[in-house]
Amino acid sequence: MQSATGCSGGLLSGAPALTLALLLMPIIAGLAGTLLPAFGYLPAIGASGFSLQPWRTLLAEPGLSHALILTLWTGVAATLLALLLTLALLAGCYQSRWLARIRRSLAPLLAMPHAALALGLAFLIAPSGGLARLLSPWATGWERPPELGLFGPQDPWGLSLILALTLKETPYLLFMSLAGLARWPADHDLAVARTLGYGPVSAFLKVVLPQLYPLIRLPVFAALAFALSVVDVALIIGPSAPPTLAVQALRGFNDPDLHARLPAAAAALLLTGLTGLALLLWEGAIQLLARCSRAWLSDGGRGGGGALAQWLALGSGTLALGLAMLSALGLLVWSFALRWTFPAAWPTQWTLAHWRGQFDSLAVATGNTLGIGVAATGVALLLVMACLEQEQRQQRAVSGRSLWLLYLPLLVPQVSFLFGVQVLLAGWGLEGHWLALLWTHLLFVVPYVFLSLADPWRAFDQRYEQSARTLGAGPARVFWRIKLPLLGSAVAVAAAVGFAVSVTQYLPTVFAGAGRYATLTTEAVALASGANRRLIGVYAVAQTLLPLLGFALALMLARRDHRR
Amino acid sequence: MNLVLDRMCIYLAERALFAPLDLNLAPGAIVTLMGPSGCGKSTLLSHLCGILPAPFRATGTISLGTRRLDGLPPEQRRVGILFQDALLFPHLSVAENLAFGLPRGLSRDERRRRVATALHEADLTGLGEQAPATLSGGQRARAALLRTLLAEPAALLLDEPFSKLDTTLRGRMRSFVFSHARERGLPTLLVTHDPADADAAGGPVLSLSAPIDGR
Repeated sequence: MQSATGCSGGLLSGAPALTLALLLMPIIAGLAGTLLPAFGYLPAIGASGFSLQPWRTLLAEPGLSHALILTLWTGVAATLLALLLTLALLAGCYQSRWLARIRRSLAPLLAMPHAALALGLAFLIAPSGGLARLLSPWATGWERPPELGLFGPQDPWGLSLILALTLKETPYLLFMSLAGLARWPADHDLAVARTLGYGPVSAFLKVVLPQLYPLIRLPVFAALAFALSVVDVALIIGPSAPPTLAVQALRGFNDPDLHARLPAAAAALLLTGLTGLALLLWEGAIQLLARCSRAWLSDGGRGGGGALAQWLALGSGTLALGLAMLSALGLLVWSFALRWTFPAAWPTQWTLAHWRGQFDSLAVATGNTLGIGVAATGVALLLVMACLEQEQRQQRAVSGRSLWLLYLPLLVPQVSFLFGVQVLLAGWGLEGHWLALLWTHLLFVVPYVFLSLADPWRAFDQRYEQSARTLGAGPARVFWRIKLPLLGSAVAVAAAVGFAVSVTQYLPTVFAGAGRYATLTTEAVALASGANRRLIGVYAVAQTLLPLLGFALALMLARRDHRR
Repeated sequence: MNLVLDRMCIYLAERALFAPLDLNLAPGAIVTLMGPSGCGKSTLLSHLCGILPAPFRATGTISLGTRRLDGLPPEQRRVGILFQDALLFPHLSVAENLAFGLPRGLSRDERRRRVATALHEADLTGLGEQAPATLSGGQRARAALLRTLLAEPAALLLDEPFSKLDTTLRGRMRSFVFSHARERGLPTLLVTHDPADADAAGGPVLSLSAPIDGR
């Protein structure tokens, strides 16, 4: 076996360590780079004495406790809603013909960048937005946009933020759950429970869910951490006075008064602590729930036919899907609208002018987005394939602990370490360097590429390789001629996932790129603070189109593969 | 109660898997169904207990006593099934797996008593608190049978349940399963490709024949 790995063994064997180092170094260094300023040390602006002053400034800010509660509330509520919707859809529809339809609608929803979704949703639910237009004046009697609304600009409870996050996280959790369900014969367990007299929903809750949750624990954590610390979505659709903690930190970092960076760093650290605390509390609640429901699992209660549960789940799932689709549609319509007065349901005049007028900057942003996306995806694919190949040749799966490390970039709030990374980059004169941009994108692209490629890679029947080897092919030839072609569609899908993740990155692009690289995402988010819906529509549509094309391409390749 | 199949046939796309089958199983009767792999015998069992996978389609009728089963969801059929694998749920202890089979509405003491009796019958006394993974193959198979029986089925289907046991265990497991089925008067349908299984069952042996006109 040792000699069989041949000369490529040396390169490969370093891959896992290299990948982990690439992911962990910036996080550790970045956290340190945020920690020091939070305690008053930031030589770049002449602050060199350690003190608690940044914390005092932060704690003295009037809206802080409100911001803390708002952050926790929106993050936990959105994650809980997304998880409940996911589980309801699975419990109600697993093993029904609806599952195939749900599966099919996932790819476009996953591809839609969260910034675009938030923008589209904001257009949809605003008092002058799409929903009000569709319902006015015949149902509402409004001839002009109403002044207030629960989802209006005030929205002190962050309800629109919760809605946007729920819409974005449900497809992700569904996707990860379906991957989890494929890892053990869940169908057989369900069949046993059904023939023992259990209704479909009870069978799912009592037999499948306790086995499924451990498999989606990390994705749920990632969703919760994302919801607590997301910047772009909160900027677009979150409350502004006070905003969530992440947005507050970002405001400090962007403040023309450089000394505002010190309390901002403290706020970023506070957010990290809050995220850690929320993850702990969440896990504690899950453990408690598991313990309390243990007796219920085998108490013999069979449940009913589940028709009501199925329709409730499908109803809310359809509502969510409908909102997401209307959001996307609204962006498209706005980008072509010339004259669209309230309360008309459609524009009365259409135009290509917004697209034509933006052609040059759109081309630049698309070029940057494509360049960084393709590069990050390519490097991530190489790293991940090397790791998986090494794992297989070593015949040792990635341990639970390494999986945690891999997930770390998705668990630590971006704003808390990217500021530190920026400080370090600036210190080395690398701020705004293309390689720095690539590296920070890799932090988020690599975990997702790994997650989508690991299962198919591990499921690959190694006897194909073995029989090719006995036919006299070397390991390299076997890899390129046998394994890669057979795993081609999985690689294509993983590439589409990685590319989509890179396209959606806002904070990494702004911080590591030092604002020098305009991508479709940074442009769309920058426009969001203005009120030009037509322009926002153009960039958000373009931002959605790129990952969508990626997925379409990948699925086309996969289908061609399938026919073979 | 008799388990009666009338003109039963299963199709994949438009192709019939076997010639239409008529069968009448009296309480306590054990009928063995043999045939090469891929002839549709396991698929037939999954249809009888209501878990036929989507691409398949079935015609003909199933009745259990006076009840028509076709169209009913699996949980309303009262047809128990044992598979090749024991399929004990790994997140529950052995005792909890057995309790999972018990009907609802029994007092806590009654549930405990019945589980203890079942553990004893399966020769698993003292192993109730263990995880299923710690049991041997034979122990798991016996626990799976008892879990099925605790749900009080009115008929029993056996989908090659002995094929994964070592030969020494197989004989004991056969008589364990068959004696329980007879004792409770369950009409029992056994699917296998091991002639020794059929001998041990002692009942009539049928083989699924190819569809006549090859359609």
